[in-house]
Amino acid sequence: MLQVKNLHASINNKEILRGINLEIKAGEVHAIMGPNGSGKSTLSAVIAGNETYEVTEGDVILDNKSLLEFAPEERAHKGIFLSFQYPIEIPGVTVTNFIKTAVNETRKANGLEELSAKDMLKLIRAKADLLELDRKFLSRSLNEGFSGGEKKRNEIFQMAMLEPKLAILDETDSGLDIDAMKVVANGVNKLKNKDNAVLLITHYQRLLDYITPDFVHVLYNGKIVKSGGKELALELEKKGYDWLK
Amino acid sequence: MNKFTEDDLKKDLENKEYEYGFYTDIEADKFPVGLNEEVVIAISKKKKEPEWMTEWRLDAFRIWKEMEEPDWANVTYKKPSFQDISYYSAPIQKPKLDSLDQVDPELLKTFDKLGISIDEQKRLSNVAIDIVVDSVSVATTFKKTLNEKGIIFMPISEAIQEHPELVKKYLGTIVPKGDNFYAALNSAVFSDGSFCYIPKGVTCPMELSTYFRINEGGTGQFERTLLVADKGSYVSYLEGCTAPQRDENQLHAAVVELIALDDAEIKYSTVQNWYPGNAEGKGGVFNFVTKRGLCEKNAKISWTQVETGSAITWKYPSCILKGDNSVGEFYSIAVTNNYQQADTGTKMIHLGNNTKSTIISKGISAGKSQNSYRGLVQVGKRAKNARNFSQCDSLLMGDLCGAHTFPYIECKNKTAQIEHEATTSKIGEDQLFYCNQRGINTEKAIALIVNGFGKDVLNKLPMEFAVEAQKLLEISLEGSVG
Repeated sequence: MLQVKNLHASINNKEILRGINLEIKAGEVHAIMGPNGSGKSTLSAVIAGNETYEVTEGDVILDNKSLLEFAPEERAHKGIFLSFQYPIEIPGVTVTNFIKTAVNETRKANGLEELSAKDMLKLIRAKADLLELDRKFLSRSLNEGFSGGEKKRNEIFQMAMLEPKLAILDETDSGLDIDAMKVVANGVNKLKNKDNAVLLITHYQRLLDYITPDFVHVLYNGKIVKSGGKELALELEKKGYDWLK
Repeated sequence: MNKFTEDDLKKDLENKEYEYGFYTDIEADKFPVGLNEEVVIAISKKKKEPEWMTEWRLDAFRIWKEMEEPDWANVTYKKPSFQDISYYSAPIQKPKLDSLDQVDPELLKTFDKLGISIDEQKRLSNVAIDIVVDSVSVATTFKKTLNEKGIIFMPISEAIQEHPELVKKYLGTIVPKGDNFYAALNSAVFSDGSFCYIPKGVTCPMELSTYFRINEGGTGQFERTLLVADKGSYVSYLEGCTAPQRDENQLHAAVVELIALDDAEIKYSTVQNWYPGNAEGKGGVFNFVTKRGLCEKNAKISWTQVETGSAITWKYPSCILKGDNSVGEFYSIAVTNNYQQADTGTKMIHLGNNTKSTIISKGISAGKSQNSYRGLVQVGKRAKNARNFSQCDSLLMGDLCGAHTFPYIECKNKTAQIEHEATTSKIGEDQLFYCNQRGINTEKAIALIVNGFGKDVLNKLPMEFAVEAQKLLEISLEGSVG
């Protein structure tokens, strides 16, 4: 589904990613771990098309087509979803209004008709129930005054609504207590199926207790230095990152 | 990969052309330029006014002659030469109109372009429209329904003929002839406008609506609106306008007077979209407006405005809270782009006991524009338990525009409670990227963010007007982002 080939990216002429290779197939869960500053968030931002970063070499391919020439919204329309580490506030725009716009814009881009208000509401309610979201939550301003847990649940809710091919969860566990993390992990597990894939970006092993990865990659200094199964995560937890440097 | 930066965004915003820029070719009956007593008398004669009205105008003209154009507002512009303006222009048309078929087809086309076709308005929104094009009302609808309730809604020129006692009693009582430079000028030369009277205890069954429009190049527009809500009555009044594209500056100096007698309520909503000038700051309407309302006991006046147009806006819809327990409200969204300058706000004058006022002002600046909020909250010596809450929020786009806030508070009674809150924020690239990542393009994202920012005010508009206002906000700020 997704292939990252020898990807180099920099910001202000400073190289952050130095040749990343990664292949994710449908139905798989990959985890990328690594110390602070290793380039984890940069990788997710570059795949999503954040134009603050410049791709200097390599390619990102989704379903045999390069993504690099597409704007962020076009990548979203093709099925890339990024759950933000720090979700952005948009005052005065309700969760419902925002996701309604996002879903309809995506449908239009894919040649589908906009959902009627009634169907939209039905879908929103179904997904909110699936993730055990309080419906009152839906009429609040997007991320404004949300707790850390609420912000992340909202990201997962949007993911549920948009049903992406590839969901990238950037440090979704950061700032969450154990209960909130369980709720979020539970949501991700419910949404996972054989046709989509998940890329988890995380600092700690603990999220992987709840979402089991098929593959774990260690990112260090802009390169993947080691790949393995889920047992690699446990090893990292014990030994830290130093032994890989 | 095309990198869309904030600079591109700014460029797109600057390139946004005025979408309602067109010109209707209607034969006009127009005075030569210049202003003196003869011109004032001629205007009065043209409107077949009684002598008291002519004298009233002349008195205003004499006051105006002695006044100087104010320059305290936070705007800079080349002052108009008042002797280079023609003070009267009326479309030539058949004298009596019973149905739309009789209206000049060119004019109807103009309305179609604006998306305010009278037919559609009539059918869909239950709105009675008194349309003012170039100073003379050409069609009045829904008169019958209003008549049954005893509501008077007509061009002020007709009201002067048909209801002189009402006009004489109230005209100039809220905005006196010599109130300020532009109000004095308006009093001398006003061409037409609307008059509305709601009888005691009557709730007006529909939103009353007037569309103003400047049409003839170089013609100043001096509208006069007088609205009287008698005891215990209620009315919601909508005023909206767009103007055709022009190269020379056009002066617009309107006066609106509202009178809410005991227990009455007036809701006055405006969507203003005069031509703002082009991307280089050339042309555009100068909008110097005096709007003021008086609240008697338990009365309420609520001003809601969405200001997107004009090169210069100078406008402070105000409330005099004279009666005990009266309430004044001001909800405003002002958008400036390119070289537009807006100095707008309100005055809340608390005179009665237990009076309450609320001010919510949202300023959005883009391009090289300057957007100022100027407000006065005044509590008189004998006004016990006055309460005010003010909130002024500014949203900036790019780094070449400005937002300013000038809140004045004059409190002479220590039982008053006055609160003021202010915020300034910027549409950030991170907000846009977040929207983009969810499949929402930049153009749509800006519309979403701006509408969210203005929500508290948009919510105060009547439904059909709110939709139009949202469209206008989008038109004013969006470009064809690629």
